[in-house]
Amino acid sequence: MSTSSDSLQVARKWPDWRPLALPLALIALWALATSRGWVDTKVVVPPAQVLATAWQELFNPTFYQGVALSLWRDLSGFALGSTAGVLLGVLLGVSPLARWMIGPTFHSLRQVSLFAWLPLLAAVAGSGDLSKIVFVAFSAFYPMVLATLEGVQGVSAAHAEVARVYGFSGPQRLFRLILPSAAPQILSGIQLALIYAWLGTIGAEFLLYDFSNGLGQIVIKGRSAFRVDVILFGLFVIGLIGYGFARLTARLERRLLRWRPPALH
Amino acid sequence: MSHAGTIDIRQLHKQYDVKGQPLKVLEDINLSIRPGEFISIVGSSGCGKSTLLRLIIGLEGDYQGQLLLDGQRIQGTSLDRGIVFQEHRLFPWLTVDQNVALGLLNAPGTQASKDKSVQEHIHLVGLKGFEKAYPYQLSGGMSQRVAIARALVNRPEVLLLDEPFGALDALTRSRLQQELQRIWQAEGITAILVTHDVEEAVYLGDRVVVMQPRPGRIKRIVDVNLPRPRDRVAADFVALKDDVLSEFSHEINHATVAERAERAIPLAA
Repeated sequence: MSTSSDSLQVARKWPDWRPLALPLALIALWALATSRGWVDTKVVVPPAQVLATAWQELFNPTFYQGVALSLWRDLSGFALGSTAGVLLGVLLGVSPLARWMIGPTFHSLRQVSLFAWLPLLAAVAGSGDLSKIVFVAFSAFYPMVLATLEGVQGVSAAHAEVARVYGFSGPQRLFRLILPSAAPQILSGIQLALIYAWLGTIGAEFLLYDFSNGLGQIVIKGRSAFRVDVILFGLFVIGLIGYGFARLTARLERRLLRWRPPALH
Repeated sequence: MSHAGTIDIRQLHKQYDVKGQPLKVLEDINLSIRPGEFISIVGSSGCGKSTLLRLIIGLEGDYQGQLLLDGQRIQGTSLDRGIVFQEHRLFPWLTVDQNVALGLLNAPGTQASKDKSVQEHIHLVGLKGFEKAYPYQLSGGMSQRVAIARALVNRPEVLLLDEPFGALDALTRSRLQQELQRIWQAEGITAILVTHDVEEAVYLGDRVVVMQPRPGRIKRIVDVNLPRPRDRVAADFVALKDDVLSEFSHEINHATVAERAERAIPLAA
């Protein structure tokens, strides 16, 4: 008997270069446009200049402090927001009373754009790390609640009857029926929440500016100094970190959901 | 060998409210089941046979009359009754042995004795070597075997089977019927099988309870005094099967007339 992980490993024997074709073509076009003078090189700097800036920054401890600071804001906010999100999602999913009492408020509040809360947040908690982390936590919170709620409401009545037949206690129902059954949706929620948290981190660093040194602030400083190369380098690092998160969660999902039949292509 | 349960059903009535109107589902059911007996309940759809089973397992309540297991009124689910549903209802995120172990989750005993019991029951249903497989990797028949192991692993007094082989192909079904008989004999357990397959009912049952619909009630109880294992083509088996089938001839004629009437409409138009 074969397991799904076997077939996955067979399918991924060597790295596939084709996903790189599009970015490489864009960089080639960019290089061509700047070298031929099709564009103002003050606004669209040549790739070589960005590369040179990147090389400098890679030996600059401030850059690593910035990455670390942004990651700290991102991950602590994500941890808080997604944990709270799973808790509220489960509560709304299992308790009709909670759905009745909290549901309408939750669904109204989530209609308000997160960025609209920023002035209030800044007024109450200032522009420091606390405000940023709270903002990131909210970014992760909403998708997590919705995904968890969807998963919990998808628990099949047939499986719930099996739990009754074997006399599951409340905690047994939660940990052996509801959470495993909702795991696919919760994991999708985690993927989405990680993306939103990272977007929220950079957004908070742009809009709650406080002279500290996050990745977002590096980009802002590049703009005030009219250093397009710094801006582009910052964007590249932000994108790369986001991509890393996506790869990590995809791997986590494959591992935790190995009980599902392999997807048909 | 586990203790086999005695079930007494006396003047059992059950009704649902449908849009404020009472709908009788079961009317005056009387049945005494001896310990270790195999009872088949057969009837067309809507005769309340599944409701009766769900009352005995405790997934449905709210009945009038008496429903007793070893003289005690049945209230809610309990580990002394196991059930196999028509669909296997395995948890897809658990492996075969973990699914079987669910039956022992709230049973007394050490982890080692539970592990041993899980192993024994996986062997009993003929799935040795598949302990670590996930449900999606199993065929329908194999999944139903796991469900049987899960229902039996905590050594219940009564095993309830709700059309367990209804969704399987004919070959797998007859093989699993033989297996079920072997398992029932090995465990010495009281068994109640609900089915719409008359041959299955006669093949497995010590007695066949024939039910009729609207409202669900017992029409007749047929004793099956044939030695096991039974031969499906032997004259006495076939005669008994025909006897039980004859109880449905009225319903079949009735249905045929209704179907003809339905078909007549487009023809006339």
